[in-house]
Amino acid sequence: MYRILTRRKLNQNVTMIEVEAPRIAQKALAGQFIILRVDERGERIPLTIAGTDIGRGAVAVIFQVVGGTTMALDQKGEGEFLSDFVGPLGNPTDVEGVKRAIVVGGGVGCAIALPVAGRLKEIGAEVHTVIGFRSREFVILEEEFRALSDKFSLTTDDGSYGEKGNVCIPLKRLLEEGGYDAVYTIGPLAMMKYTALTTKPYNVRTVASMDPIMIDGTGMCGCCRVTVDGVTKFACVDGPDFDAQKIDFDETMQRNRAYLGFEATMREKHCNLFKKEGTDV
Amino acid sequence: MYNGRMTKYPMPVQAPEERVGNFSEVALGYDEETAKFEAERCIHCKNRPCVGGCPVSVRIPDFIEKISEGAFEEAYQIISESSALPAVCGRVCPQEKQCEKFCVRGIKGEPVGIGRLERFAADHHYKHAPKAERPVSNGRRVAVVGSGPAGLACAGDLARLGYDVTVFEALHTAGGVLVYGIPEFRLPKRIVEREVEHLVSLGVKVETNSVIGRLYTVEELRTELGFEAVFLGTGAGLPRFMGIKGENAKGVFSANEYLTRVNLMKAYEEDSETPVYRGKKVTVVGGGNVAMDAARTARRLGADVTVIYRRGAEELPARREETEHAMEEGVKFKFLTNPVEILTDSQNAAAALRCVEMELGAPDESGRRRPCVKEGSEFTVETDCVIMALGTSPNPLIQKTTAGLETRPHGEILADENGKTSLEGVFAGGDAVTGSATVILAMGAGKAAARSIDEYLRSKA
Repeated sequence: MYRILTRRKLNQNVTMIEVEAPRIAQKALAGQFIILRVDERGERIPLTIAGTDIGRGAVAVIFQVVGGTTMALDQKGEGEFLSDFVGPLGNPTDVEGVKRAIVVGGGVGCAIALPVAGRLKEIGAEVHTVIGFRSREFVILEEEFRALSDKFSLTTDDGSYGEKGNVCIPLKRLLEEGGYDAVYTIGPLAMMKYTALTTKPYNVRTVASMDPIMIDGTGMCGCCRVTVDGVTKFACVDGPDFDAQKIDFDETMQRNRAYLGFEATMREKHCNLFKKEGTDV
Repeated sequence: MYNGRMTKYPMPVQAPEERVGNFSEVALGYDEETAKFEAERCIHCKNRPCVGGCPVSVRIPDFIEKISEGAFEEAYQIISESSALPAVCGRVCPQEKQCEKFCVRGIKGEPVGIGRLERFAADHHYKHAPKAERPVSNGRRVAVVGSGPAGLACAGDLARLGYDVTVFEALHTAGGVLVYGIPEFRLPKRIVEREVEHLVSLGVKVETNSVIGRLYTVEELRTELGFEAVFLGTGAGLPRFMGIKGENAKGVFSANEYLTRVNLMKAYEEDSETPVYRGKKVTVVGGGNVAMDAARTARRLGADVTVIYRRGAEELPARREETEHAMEEGVKFKFLTNPVEILTDSQNAAAALRCVEMELGAPDESGRRRPCVKEGSEFTVETDCVIMALGTSPNPLIQKTTAGLETRPHGEILADENGKTSLEGVFAGGDAVTGSATVILAMGAGKAAARSIDEYLRSKA
């Protein structure tokens, strides 16, 4: 059993928890993920590590409530326990030799973009960040990004906060300046796809962090397969980072929709369950 | 008393029409009387060819004799000298290719039901045996990576020798392929749990949720955690795909994924949170035990199921009983057929399989006749779910993260027959070394490695 040390709502749909897992905290590097199960009947879901605190033995993950499992996870308070918490899985983000980079985060993906930006700072790189959200109410981690970034832009689709539009607009402006070694993009698949299209003419190495459906996270199920440069790769052991110019984003978008119907049913079931228990959702 | 009956006593089973509606075990096991009768069919021939056919040389006629005498616990003890998992092997060994293949009674009529008797002795033992006593610890620590058949066998033998053993398992439940792969209806999970509980009662510690190679490297197990020797029983879990067009469409799965969702995550139970894709017309590609397991699982989830296999019925590598059970349960077979493309609908979901007919040519290096494409034989099969059961390769994580550990080109760890690898103090066995093989071979390799680890640590002391 793994104890939840802290819990913080980042916006109405997104929650950050810190879980007690000292060894994972010690070993994890930016870009790696964990798999957790809320309880004995729960499914295994992958979540990218948002941060670690070795001293407190804490591993932070950030999640958005989408289906039954994330809803159940969101019901867990500080001091409560998760039945399973496995990691660190996947390969760390490759930041070697990078001196100047752009980090593009979208929505809840910013949770993963933040440690990547942090890691880049650690190795002495100049970090420019662009983070985007649907509208003001969904903005997360703004202060954290500002503190890390040498240049910072924020967009909202509806213009309710920051610059109106998507991340590609400020991204293009930065790219025009030139001199970047790498672009890291982490967020919705559509955003990563368009980031890749935007960087393509500039010939900058662009890395996308994929989060396909997964079960074991050790290369066993093949569920997380992603087509990269025409070849099937397993995100759990070969990734989760891949060359964004070579990823078949459309295929992954289709694959991620495989269980949408089931997710909706489970969400409803959980809602009813929580109502019965007298907790509000 | 010798029993001249020409055929095995039938195994009581759940009726096919009943069992396709549940996940409970199909074969129900002999009762004491039937077991004794079946045991009396053994003529105790001089040459004991069955023993030679057993990968771990169980003293078969001796345990059978004990069963015929009604000394069931003694029968179990004889099997235990050579096998760590009799309740499992009695159920999943391909006896018709091993012990029973060489049984003299099989020349005219059916061989003695050795597998059924092994299962009987093991089940009887677990029903009646007293709790194991914890051996006196010698204080020396050994790490076992992986809790499948190889790891369980190795850990058990080392614990009995007094070693302080910790088993590291990547998943949340111990048992490896016995829990994620082989379905409940063929190997009840209670049996695997019992084996693990038995190890715990011997003093073995089981650390689940521990992915070695990530959480600790093999090197760190030794330097940071102070294990004097490490056994790698990490198995072959990496699924193979065909590399055909449409394979990454929705509704296309590796058998590993499909079975993991259903077995380990219990997706068939009402209150499980794990989804499983419930296809209406499922096709399973492959002809091994895993293909049969996937096909029979899909039947139980209500699908119309067809197995597509590129060779003929005679060449099916699956255990005979599994193929027979699958047929009884209404699984259809298309032999001498190979898919060349998965056709998809506008949502990129599987809609049909484009296949070719095959014919068998000259035998290949495996000794089986090589299938060749029949010209102009293309046809399509309608399907909304395709399960690829084409075999697996060794899990790559340890190999990738352990400097100096030598491997073969497909990722198999290089180890000798005693489990010694290229690294001192690091041993390996089972599918991680051989590529996907059988439970009994992995179990045997785990036991051999335990002996070898014992020798190594004694020589070091």
